[in-house]
Amino acid sequence: MALPTYASQLERTWHFIYLVICTLVFVFLIAPILVIVPLSFNAEPYFTYTDKMLSFDPEGYSLRWYDSLLTTGMQAHEAVRDAAWWSDLWHNADWVKAAKNSVIIGFWATILSTVLGTLAALGLARPEMPWRRTIMAILISPMIVPIIIVATGMFFFYSNPCAIVGMDCGRLTSTYTGVIMAHAALGIPFVIITVTATMSGFDQSLIRAAASLGANPRRTFFKVVMPLILPGVISGGLFAFVASFDEVVAVLFIAGPDQQTIPREMWSGIREQISPAILAVATILVIISISLLTTVELLRRRSERLRGVSPR
Amino acid sequence: MSDVASQLTTADGRPLKAALASAQARAKRRAFFLVLPLLLFILITFAIPIGQMLQRSVYNDQFSKSTPALSEWFAANPKGTAPDETAYAALASDLLLMKETRAAGDAGTRINYVVSGTRSMFTKAARGADKLEPPYMETFLDLDKDWNDPRIWNAMRSAASPWTLDFYTIAFDMERDGDGKLTKVDPNQRVYFRLYIKTFFLAGVITAICLLLAFPIAHLLATLPMAKANLLMILVLLPFWTSLLVRTTSWIVLLQGQGVVNDILVALGIIGDDGRLQMIYNQTGTIIAMVHILLPFMVLPLYSVMRVIPESYTRAARSLGATSWTTFRRIYLPQTIPGIGAGVLLVFILAVGYYITPALVGGADGQLFSNMVQFHMTKANWSMAAALATMLLVGVLVLYWLYDRLIGIDKLKLG
Repeated sequence: MALPTYASQLERTWHFIYLVICTLVFVFLIAPILVIVPLSFNAEPYFTYTDKMLSFDPEGYSLRWYDSLLTTGMQAHEAVRDAAWWSDLWHNADWVKAAKNSVIIGFWATILSTVLGTLAALGLARPEMPWRRTIMAILISPMIVPIIIVATGMFFFYSNPCAIVGMDCGRLTSTYTGVIMAHAALGIPFVIITVTATMSGFDQSLIRAAASLGANPRRTFFKVVMPLILPGVISGGLFAFVASFDEVVAVLFIAGPDQQTIPREMWSGIREQISPAILAVATILVIISISLLTTVELLRRRSERLRGVSPR
Repeated sequence: MSDVASQLTTADGRPLKAALASAQARAKRRAFFLVLPLLLFILITFAIPIGQMLQRSVYNDQFSKSTPALSEWFAANPKGTAPDETAYAALASDLLLMKETRAAGDAGTRINYVVSGTRSMFTKAARGADKLEPPYMETFLDLDKDWNDPRIWNAMRSAASPWTLDFYTIAFDMERDGDGKLTKVDPNQRVYFRLYIKTFFLAGVITAICLLLAFPIAHLLATLPMAKANLLMILVLLPFWTSLLVRTTSWIVLLQGQGVVNDILVALGIIGDDGRLQMIYNQTGTIIAMVHILLPFMVLPLYSVMRVIPESYTRAARSLGATSWTTFRRIYLPQTIPGIGAGVLLVFILAVGYYITPALVGGADGQLFSNMVQFHMTKANWSMAAALATMLLVGVLVLYWLYDRLIGIDKLKLG
């Protein structure tokens, strides 16, 4: 924004200071994320820029931390990189296992929360929905209630879920099902918020128009409603996926040794002995979040265009 | 009017009013059935677990399950009765039971929560439970002269029933003296409630810093042309989308003794190499990292409110002779209040319950209340953890209710 021509000297100075402050805040926001990227290529096991790195000496950089990411936990990581080596990597490397777990858990949690969340958002968008406010507050609460409370509650409940009806039906702790259910519950607020926001711009008369043209409810949903809210549903799903992909406390409490995820590995990495390998993981995660952010941004624009509320 | 309405009928002869009511009820049911699956899912995976956990804060049978005789004695004798020979006999028979079921440690731990240093009295007495002989009172006092301490007997009376408020007493930094009256514990032992207050205070500090940092950039984003604003918005959204653990790691890398910030300060000659600042693994580290993590939650609601404030208002104020400061204070700022309210409440709510960042970068003095809950979980003191969790939950739910009242849950937006 430009200053008006009538601005006084004092105002000009103040405006300059204001821009400097804004720049500093933006630096504060983004610098920590960018700083770790070059450090993950450090040839030395340090967390700071070495002289060689600063003078852009190729010797100062290496891929050793990325290599260690792949090989930690392998049975024979020094063997020749043939088919057997890759199979060893796929089955035994710690971070590869963690990545597989993260994707499996994130995928199913996302499916669960997106399907249930979208259905609920469709109901919440109807004008005749009873107790909307209360239900909305309940559905958003997993985002608000401190995670430690959720995780401890789930820890007790999932260790014997049937205890409340006085039966014993095994445990959900240390199972994929348990972690997926927990993550689905934590992802639901994101789906609800995103999809109801999309639905608020949805013209309900389109449904009546489709019906008057002879479409049955199911056809109306798939041919009229679904294409219009799909961008919102996908971004809601992405939010839910990221929430699961980044979740560590519930995993700490519920998961067993077989369900270790990337954040769980990072957690113990940071707590016990922080090595630049963590920075290599962090860099990969930053790249993933950049691509997800781009996707959501494109989806948002598409959704606005579809609904005809584009600001341009 | 109502007469006319009651006379109207539908084509098949039903009164219009009734037909309309049933149609509306059907529509309501249909809308509700769409929400029902999710509601049930949340109930089972989320609400019931929390409810069940909270119950543990008032229910603890660690002691009572192995003390049938003592419970009987306590029921027969009112509060304040000094323990007589029959009481000690009951204790002896219960200790024998504890020895058989190996429950003395558990039971002793339960009393130890209330009167510290008493666990070993129970384990020691239970080990020799089969050699306890009448007169019991003297036998016990020979074992340990503290056995006639009224505080222990009060604690046992309270623990002999599984339903208890003892853990809330502890959580509020209180204890019962020999007469059973509530008193505050020694100032240097006031841990829990003090941390509770400190957590809210730190959350307030973090919220205030977030507001100070977010206000100028939200204003800048709101007043820039759309294309430029969208570009700068990425700088806000990228941290928002980046893993919390990644951001916490970054701050460790930046702030630690041999970290980037200290290196820069040393290189610039601002501090000496031996005077490196301790900025992480303490309260400062918690505040810096949490401000960074929560800042987008402040910027986004501020931005969405500021974007729709018409610029003509401020121009009108200026043209009517207001200085830029007056324009800001009297015209612009009041219009941003809804955004400030939404951002402040949201950041405050999230900050109060924070766990991960303080646990990783908080060190000794940067821990928050959530970390205390976790501490008692690892010590297997479930009831204490549950009592602390309930306190935290109540605080957060009050704020959440306030948020819904003032701003409305449906106004919550992401990005």
